[in-house]
Amino acid sequence: MTSQTAGMLGIGIVIFAGLFLALLTLLYRRSPLYFRNILAYMRVRRAASRVVEDGTRLHISIGSANLLTPSAASALAGLAIIRHLGEVTSLSDHPPVTTTGSATLNLLAQDTLRTAHEAVATEQAFDMKNARLTGLTPLSYVAGVMPSIRDEKISTNVLIGNFGPEVGLLTEAADRQKTPVIAASDSLPAQAVLYATTQEPLIGEELFAAGAYTQAGPGHAASLLVQDILRWFIILALIGGAVLKMAGLL
Amino acid sequence: MRRIFPIINAVIAIGAGLSVLIGYFVDVRGMTEFRLLLFQWAVVVGGVAVLVGVWNLFSVHLQKIRAKQPGSIYSLILLFFLLLTLFLLIFPLLLQNLVSDDPTQANTVSAANAILLDGIIIPVEVSLMAVLSVTLIVAAIRMLRTRTDLPAILFLATAFVALLGIGLRSFLGQIPVLSDLAQSQLVMNILALGGARGILIGVALGTLTTGLRILLGIDRPYGGE
Repeated sequence: MTSQTAGMLGIGIVIFAGLFLALLTLLYRRSPLYFRNILAYMRVRRAASRVVEDGTRLHISIGSANLLTPSAASALAGLAIIRHLGEVTSLSDHPPVTTTGSATLNLLAQDTLRTAHEAVATEQAFDMKNARLTGLTPLSYVAGVMPSIRDEKISTNVLIGNFGPEVGLLTEAADRQKTPVIAASDSLPAQAVLYATTQEPLIGEELFAAGAYTQAGPGHAASLLVQDILRWFIILALIGGAVLKMAGLL
Repeated sequence: MRRIFPIINAVIAIGAGLSVLIGYFVDVRGMTEFRLLLFQWAVVVGGVAVLVGVWNLFSVHLQKIRAKQPGSIYSLILLFFLLLTLFLLIFPLLLQNLVSDDPTQANTVSAANAILLDGIIIPVEVSLMAVLSVTLIVAAIRMLRTRTDLPAILFLATAFVALLGIGLRSFLGQIPVLSDLAQSQLVMNILALGGARGILIGVALGTLTTGLRILLGIDRPYGGE
């Protein structure tokens, strides 16, 4: 396959997926979709309603992805969670705290948290210090997040974004405080660590379902359906390729 | 204006995103140069964002010290070393560029850099990695108590085989059955690679739809409704 054919194929997939996404978003605006239960996201919803009642706060960490790399998508999924949880919990005595390990990501987290705050609590001033950059390398970032987990009356930690295996230090810090952790990463080593250290680990593409499961809008639900459709195409292509190869045609 | 700004933001973000995407797939004259120009701007904005981020870090810890919050002594140490690093690395560079033509100034900067990097940052990060490895072993043992389903047992058995069969090979040498099993075609190329590819395909599809949501203006991480 030449690079031009690959390019055309790539743009074809993007256009196909984009059209499907737009169409399904419009379609499901009226009749919402229902998905299988994912325990971790049920816990997130429960935690959000609890912080308003018991005067604790949520901690949301979206990792240290560079916005110029593909790992930024996991951080964008984390931003959708910040937006939703920010709106739900901004009226509580202790608004949520977000931590990031990337400067550009921190600006986005600040802006998202501020937008969520202004959507519900226009009377109170928003404190920019609720969105924090804790370090610029993966380990310094983790080292900076640990005191927040320990000292700030955190009731639940939501870690969704690009983390490496060092995320194990965060889950351990949360475990010492006996606060639950809901965590997902796009990195395979981090997923292995989270599988061992959290109660309900989110594996693979479940990370990108955050918006759909926290009712962020029909676009998020539609994107899950588009993922499923594309996955079936990939499965058919893999099986078809294997059959053709066995038949000696490829 | 409060309504117009989000629309302008969305138009700029979607336009830039589409230009980069088209430039990535199709080699249209002028599009590649435009894509690189956008990347250069993004790098400059990223550099400025680091300064804003450092100010954020500084102000958060200053507030902690003022409010005498628990652990504020660590904030004090952090601010001291933040300012020391700025003083040691930035001011000599500024002096070198603005005032002096003396090449020994550059040596002073690299010596300070070496002390900070080799003497503080690397040892501290290596120590954290050591703590992490102990933490993971404890977590694996704890997992045996909290979760005893089949996936958990398979996970731990695989970790055990990989650790003894490959990870500790330089200390223990080849362990007859475990090393052969860990390096076997079945484990390495079929089970591990197949599983990893499955997860990565899921992540790639999630990445694609997340990008599309931004290109369609459904998600706006740059603020606004």
